[in-house]
Amino acid sequence: MATEPATEFALEGPSALQGEPRRRGTAGMGPWRLAFRRLRSNRVAVVFGFVFVVLVAVCLAAPLWADHVAHTDPYKNHLTDTVIVDGEKKDVVTPDGIPIGPTWQGEFFLGADGNGRDTMVRLLYGGRNSLLIGVAAALITTFLSIVVGVLAGFFRGFTDTVLSRTMDVIWAFPVVLLGVALGTALTLSGLQIGPVDISGRSKLIPILIIAIVYVPYMARPIRGQVLSLREKEFVEAARAQGAGSLRIMLSEILPNLSSTVIVFFPLMVANAILLEAALGFLGVGVQPPEASWGTMIGDGVKHILSGPHLAIVPGVMLVVTVLALNIFGDGVRDAFDPRAKIHLEH
Amino acid sequence: MARFIVRRIGQMLLVLFAVSALTFLIFNVIPGGDPAVRMAGRHPDPGQLARIRAEWGFNDPVYVQYLKTMQKTFTGDLSSYTTNVDVVDELRKRAPRTFALAIGAAIIWMLAATAIGLYTAARAGRFADRSITILALVGISMPVFWVGALMNYYLGFKWGIFPNGGYVPFADDPWEWFYHLIMPWTALSILFIGVYSRVLRSNILDTINEDYVRTARAKGLSERRVMYRHVLRNSLIPIVTLWGLDFGAVLGGGTILTETVFDIQGVGQYAAESIGQLDVPPVLAITLFGSFFIVLLNTVVDILYAAIDPRIRLQ
Repeated sequence: MATEPATEFALEGPSALQGEPRRRGTAGMGPWRLAFRRLRSNRVAVVFGFVFVVLVAVCLAAPLWADHVAHTDPYKNHLTDTVIVDGEKKDVVTPDGIPIGPTWQGEFFLGADGNGRDTMVRLLYGGRNSLLIGVAAALITTFLSIVVGVLAGFFRGFTDTVLSRTMDVIWAFPVVLLGVALGTALTLSGLQIGPVDISGRSKLIPILIIAIVYVPYMARPIRGQVLSLREKEFVEAARAQGAGSLRIMLSEILPNLSSTVIVFFPLMVANAILLEAALGFLGVGVQPPEASWGTMIGDGVKHILSGPHLAIVPGVMLVVTVLALNIFGDGVRDAFDPRAKIHLEH
Repeated sequence: MARFIVRRIGQMLLVLFAVSALTFLIFNVIPGGDPAVRMAGRHPDPGQLARIRAEWGFNDPVYVQYLKTMQKTFTGDLSSYTTNVDVVDELRKRAPRTFALAIGAAIIWMLAATAIGLYTAARAGRFADRSITILALVGISMPVFWVGALMNYYLGFKWGIFPNGGYVPFADDPWEWFYHLIMPWTALSILFIGVYSRVLRSNILDTINEDYVRTARAKGLSERRVMYRHVLRNSLIPIVTLWGLDFGAVLGGGTILTETVFDIQGVGQYAAESIGQLDVPPVLAITLFGSFFIVLLNTVVDILYAAIDPRIRLQ
């Protein structure tokens, strides 16, 4: 995990400027405009970024589909109902418990699950949960990583030792094992921190778990970068002008971390969505009757013999979403930080 | 060097201690987690509860319980709260399955990623490179349990090409062992093939511009020799580091999902089952087992790295 400073990326490195239309000229442009320009010229990244936006919009529109197209909600059972497909009357769930497959019409567009619930409606509502948890967890991870990384890198010494060793301990836990252990414990009991009382069924639980598990992955590179930033002349200049530690951290160090954060964020969301799916699959993420793509895959796999579409459909949505984020994130990295090598693993 | 190693081992022990203490705390501070209630069954009477508490030492302060549990872990008579099975025996029985899965997958992903990395770097920017790079990203974006479940359903159940989950010990039948592991190995490798081939590709492209590569070409070495002896060798060093870390992570709990999907009954699946039942002793032992490999490989990689590359200062 390279931690070279990502600040002076703008005009150096021939690879950074590849594909830049010469004739328009880049003289006089700031690093931000240059980066956005590089991102815009990467068509694949732009297309997949757009795909992600569309997916988010579609999931946000879940109630519209549920009310006006499918005429049901994500929790309603239609076990004994029938639906008319091509003029033929069919059971939503047959007497031997086989749910209907995709009908490609408003009601049960993608079929039903074992409880006779509309898969398409659940998919859209589940997508809201997956995306919400992914984005919220990534935001919290980013915030915590910045706090930890800046404090550890700036103050060094004792603060650094305490924070870095704590990160080491989290790092030493197997990610999924830690997530599942925390998930199991917290869904049973909820979480009480002082006056704040989070119920075990709350979506805040998976959000917090995922956020904390990923902090070391992002805090380490940030700390490394702060370590080198604090030795820079502009920090010395600020100190000579009488700026205190807090001021230096907020107005000298923090802005220089922005490209790292921008590069990390989409990849973080992608990983958070994947981890949420894993927790959901193992039953410790979003709690029933609510759904997420992970819990839907879990249910689908359990009942895969009665209809593989129940496992395939949420999986495809998940893969497309994460893929879009990964490709877009790759483009962002190439544009904002062409020389840094940031890798995220699971 | 010796001092560096001793220090790293000291740090390793500290981290392991912290991991075990934290795991123990997670399961002991939660209100719904009173193990005596679970062990007593559905309608426990107070006398029964008290007996269980006294017998298992649940009345002791948490740190005493922790120390006792740790002592039992290392003397090998730690038993599960729910099944009364000896945890260390169970781990010993299941570890070979997890090892077989992890080692096989690690070999597969390393070989496949090297081949793909070389191929795409040699064709950088062309159609083959671009499409394979997208494929690698698809591999990174797929959850292993989903891929595994679909493989199991289609290749195993529906078309009957591979056995539908399960594990056969190597000693019983080497061929069946191999045959049963093909799908789990593949499912587990996909993610890493995606990551590694991309990293290797960019490493090769960086190395190709180095002066010593130009020198090698100028000496008149064949392109093949330059590629393998000079470029690939140097590009592989960071990959080997990554490989060590990931191998540790896979051994130490990265197989939970794969094992569960393919019903391999290894350590990972044991973890998933025990956590579901809030069975603290196995969870603690498995977490220690997993963290041990993660921390061990981290340390080994650091030491090897310092040994290989004298530019890295030992601190």
